[in-house]
Amino acid sequence: MSLLTPELKAEVGRSLPPVTAEVTRREIRKYAAATGQRLKRFIDGDEAPPMFLFGLFLDILPRERMLADGRQPDDGLVPELPLTRVMAGGSEATFHRGIYPGDVLVSTQTLVDLYEKAGSQGPLIFAVVENRVETRDGEPVMIERVTRIAR
Amino acid sequence: MPELKDIKEGEALPARTFKPDEVQLFMYNAAIWNPHRIHYDAPYTTEVEGHPGIVIDGPLQGDWLTQLVLEWIDGAGELVEFRYSNRRAAYLGETLRAEGRVEVVDPDTGDVRLTLAVVNEQGQTNTPGEAVVRFRPESGRPAN
Repeated sequence: MSLLTPELKAEVGRSLPPVTAEVTRREIRKYAAATGQRLKRFIDGDEAPPMFLFGLFLDILPRERMLADGRQPDDGLVPELPLTRVMAGGSEATFHRGIYPGDVLVSTQTLVDLYEKAGSQGPLIFAVVENRVETRDGEPVMIERVTRIAR
Repeated sequence: MPELKDIKEGEALPARTFKPDEVQLFMYNAAIWNPHRIHYDAPYTTEVEGHPGIVIDGPLQGDWLTQLVLEWIDGAGELVEFRYSNRRAAYLGETLRAEGRVEVVDPDTGDVRLTLAVVNEQGQTNTPGEAVVRFRPESGRPAN
């Protein structure tokens, strides 16, 4: 019997509202120092390292809306699943363009897949979220798929 | 700067070791705006979350893998695909080694496929990864 009900499967295709962020040289330089970059174009902030995008769209919330442990509340894109032990499954990204100071980028997250598999120790549910980062003109910058595994 | 014609399948990328301290982890989490306590509050992390120590961020290890690749290609091409997965936690005080290997060279497209890993002192892979870099035609010198 499937754990994924038609109601859960119907969530596939749902997106969060797009989030816009501006790239500044100062934020790139902070990120470069924080991650130990050694390439001059990153240290000087002329271009952002690819993983700079990981932090660029994290929400900025007042303390009272953060959880006690400092995490952000769940964004609700992945619905509550019948399996509750969640593991990070990994990230797969394609890069289409560099990231430069002055860029204004738009991130849209969409639940693109929800499927189950029989694991050796019981069923597993895979939730795949696509994070599509584009310029305001719709030029793709990075397209990432992040998988969460529930068991 | 490497040239596509000189790259051999099986060759290793220059490895790099990382041993972040409290300050480095603070800088990283400040830069990405991540106040999760497991990255700076040792009593909370060990007593409440049950970790043996302060947790080194998974995406930071992903970043190290991209650095390994970008320093190796040295402007001769672009990183076009990157995947990674945090399989095992790493803790403050550990020395971690980022390493990579050339798996496939496609002289027609200029694509080179790499396998990557962040490995701990016990030789266990914390963070496996893969990347595809696309060398420019004739590995021409970019205006870097």
